[in-house]
Amino acid sequence: MELLSGGDMLVRALQDEGVDLIFGYPGGSALHIYDAIFRQKSIKHVLVRHEQGATHAADGYARSTGKPGVVLVTSGPGATNAITGIATAYMDSVPLVVISGQVTSDKIGEDAFQETDMVGCSRPIVKHSFLVKSAEDIPGVVKKAFYIANSGRPGPVVIDVPKDVTNPTDRFPYEYPEKLRMRSYTPAGKGHTGQIRKALALLLSARRPVIYAGGGVVQGEGAELLTELARTLNYPVTNTLMGLGGFPGSDRRFLGMLGMHGTFEANTAMHHADVIFAIGARFDDRVTNTPGKFCPGAKIIHVDVDPASISKTITADVPIVGTVRSVLADMLGMLGESGEQPDQSAIVDWWRQIDDWRERHGIYTAPRYRTDGGLIMPQEVIKAVHEITGGDAFVTSDVGQHQMFAAQYYLFDKPRRWINSGGLGTMGFGLPAALGVKIAHPDSEVVCVTGEGSIQMCIQELSTATQYHLPVKILCLNNQALGMVKQWQEMQYEGRLSNSVYEESLPDFVRLAEAYGHVGMKIEAREALYDKLTEAFSIKDRTVFIDVYVDPSEHVYPMQVMPNGSMRDMWLSKTERT
Amino acid sequence: MRRIISVLMENEPGALSRVVGLFSQRGYNIETLTVAPTEDETLSRLTMVTIGDDHKIEQITKNLNKLIDVVKLVDLTEGSHIERELLLVKVRASGAQRDEVKRSVDIFRGQIVDVTSNMYTVQVTGTGEKLDAFLQALGEHTIMEVVRSGVSGISRGEKVLSV
Repeated sequence: MELLSGGDMLVRALQDEGVDLIFGYPGGSALHIYDAIFRQKSIKHVLVRHEQGATHAADGYARSTGKPGVVLVTSGPGATNAITGIATAYMDSVPLVVISGQVTSDKIGEDAFQETDMVGCSRPIVKHSFLVKSAEDIPGVVKKAFYIANSGRPGPVVIDVPKDVTNPTDRFPYEYPEKLRMRSYTPAGKGHTGQIRKALALLLSARRPVIYAGGGVVQGEGAELLTELARTLNYPVTNTLMGLGGFPGSDRRFLGMLGMHGTFEANTAMHHADVIFAIGARFDDRVTNTPGKFCPGAKIIHVDVDPASISKTITADVPIVGTVRSVLADMLGMLGESGEQPDQSAIVDWWRQIDDWRERHGIYTAPRYRTDGGLIMPQEVIKAVHEITGGDAFVTSDVGQHQMFAAQYYLFDKPRRWINSGGLGTMGFGLPAALGVKIAHPDSEVVCVTGEGSIQMCIQELSTATQYHLPVKILCLNNQALGMVKQWQEMQYEGRLSNSVYEESLPDFVRLAEAYGHVGMKIEAREALYDKLTEAFSIKDRTVFIDVYVDPSEHVYPMQVMPNGSMRDMWLSKTERT
Repeated sequence: MRRIISVLMENEPGALSRVVGLFSQRGYNIETLTVAPTEDETLSRLTMVTIGDDHKIEQITKNLNKLIDVVKLVDLTEGSHIERELLLVKVRASGAQRDEVKRSVDIFRGQIVDVTSNMYTVQVTGTGEKLDAFLQALGEHTIMEVVRSGVSGISRGEKVLSV
């Protein structure tokens, strides 16, 4: 058997796991590993400018491909800088394997230079973690880490590696395990047939059904089957922020997003539904509004791979633990066999009602924002980009108003195209995530929708884009304030704008982009918007920073009334309420 | 409602901190906690007493099950079970008090396991309720130091928690 050092073993194990890309940042405790990376060819390492960027880039890579993202950082600050990205991945169930260097085993616990208890720090935000005690454990640990990260409900796994374990002079026999047996971990597989049958019967008996589909449909590769089910039954579908693209946005059965900034028709249909088919969704507080007032007349079917998600906040009438794909496949099979159909006249009536809601306040039936002012409206920027990119771009976003505008107005027809930090709400996510997506999809258009606030949280990654020649578009909806914070302050704090404005301190993003070697563009005139955007998107081989000055006073609507509101209680504009 | 949850978990470093961390992270309450390796040294058995309604207990068991190190668990309070706790207490015992304390120890079927001229160290096992009653019987002013093990439990009958 081949003898390898711990550092070489780690890299070899990654190769054996099929890894071809690592995002990372070197440092003292990780140097043996970095040397092993230098001496091989098959894995490409992308040097980011901050470890947070590494985790978000790996996250974007993972979300857009379905393969686990791999991160390598050093101990201490390298590890703690990765924490935000790990938490982001954890909240959105993204498979990451994060390898952190650690001080040598004999120094652990002595407050050594760049020592931090990474296993302890990351414990609440990982699916699992390992502290490697000996080089011989490396192949088994790596195998387990990838299996855990990418199975069941996916999530980040940390492997903390003390420097002495990777010592180049200590060599051990290397063999990558072919099989894995973990008695303590058996992710859910197929759903219970009896429960699925019960769910189908309930679904078919519905007169006012809504399919409420979340990120699990995207992550669990269930989009096609869900689409087939919804089209077969002719039932309306709403997606969560994480689920966008899990059902085609251009299908007329799509009601738009639901929740805090969901569409009027989606939230109202949910409120009046008699059966809700929740799949790969977790009844997040940004979806349900006040749980006690959530969908009073609805029976709830809840499908999820994670049993702990079921009946956590909203009690399910028919719970099904299983993978989205297998449950949908079983359901479609049963539906085909039985040949049963829902009550067509009830469904026709339901659609008539929904279409009426759409007509009244739907954001897709008419512009629900000002179109007569001179200022560029953020909504029309997203609509224009949707048109220019043919609705087929990968869109990453940061967090805030721009994120909601992108979610509302860029209608996704395919899964894995919409990449945003939905659970943790991490500003700074968008740009590094876009770089990760671009590396995985070099021939596709990748747009990072951001704001002048969020972009400055990971702006250093503009330099990574230069080094690796990653021509993404950065679309900055610049409203010269922390827009979402400002919106809340205007709505709930009588307009006291506590620390949500920059007082003339914003950088010139055009010159900043140019300083990094990119193209910078500023768009201020409304009449020039479409042409300028077209010009920006015609540039294929350069990173383009498009700084669009939008109406700074615009709010995101609809917005659910809080606290104590139900799904259907919404602000539709600054003055109009349901 | 008070529940006794018994967990079999991998005897790995960090496993206990994951369990304890889960409770603080999700705002669950731990009344008592005991843990030790089993006859199979790769496994530890952990018993915890927690308080919560059915919904909370369901979440606790689901989230415990989600921990990679947890192999199996059972809510002992769902069926008939035996629970025991060990109490060691140092009691002031001089003069007439010595007989008084000795009588209480006998009533509660405890044992005096160490003696000085002014003090007894008493060991009592039983349910938490019994230990509470014993401490009450001793009276606050005679008690110098108390240590309790926390609850250990096992189901009655032929049901077994094993891998």
